[in-house]
Amino acid sequence: MSEKTLTRMDLSEAVFREVGLSRNESAQLVESVLQHLSDVLASGETVKISSFGTFSVRDKSARVGRNPKTGDEVPISPRRVLTFRPSHLMKDRVAAGAKR
Amino acid sequence: MIRSELIQKIADENPHLTQRHVERIVNTVFEEIIEALAKGDRVELRGFGAFSVKARDARVGRNPRTGEAVEVEDKKVPFFKTGKLLRDRLNGK
Repeated sequence: MSEKTLTRMDLSEAVFREVGLSRNESAQLVESVLQHLSDVLASGETVKISSFGTFSVRDKSARVGRNPKTGDEVPISPRRVLTFRPSHLMKDRVAAGAKR
Repeated sequence: MIRSELIQKIADENPHLTQRHVERIVNTVFEEIIEALAKGDRVELRGFGAFSVKARDARVGRNPRTGEAVEVEDKKVPFFKTGKLLRDRLNGK
C-alpha cells in the first residue's frame, strides 16, 4: 500500500469538487473549520464531532521527568494536553480499510 | 462544541452560503480525513495536528468478566498527534 500524506490543500480540493465554490473560497472554509476547532479547544472546551470523534482537553499535573540520555532529573510543569478519541465509525472504517 | 454548532458558527460568518452548503463543506472535511485514514494515508494539518494510522500487534487478551483468554487479531487504529501551535495555545503561549 503506498502511503500518502494529505494536507490542507487536499481537503480544500475535496471541498472544491464536492461543493463547487472557488478553490480560494474552499481553502478559506477549510481554514475556518480548523480555526474554530482550535479556538474552542484552546478555551478548554471539548469538541464532539458525531461519527468522527471527540477531542478533549486534559490537565496533567507536575511530575519529575528524566533526561533519558543523561539520567538527570528534570521537573515537568503542569500542562494541558489534547486527546482525540476516534468514533466507532472511524475505528471500524480504518480497521476494515487497511485489511485486504 | 458539537458538529451542528460548528456548522452554525461557519454559517454565521458566511451569510452568502446556505446552511445546506456549509453542512456539506464541514462534512466533506471530516469525511475526507476518514477516507484517507481508511486507505492507510496520513493527514497532516500544520498548526492543528496530524491524523495517522498505527498498527497494533495481535495479542492474547482477556475477557474482563470471565477472565477467559481470547485471541485479539492485529489491527489498524486511528491516531491523532496535536500540532505544536495548538499545543502551545492550550498552555496559554
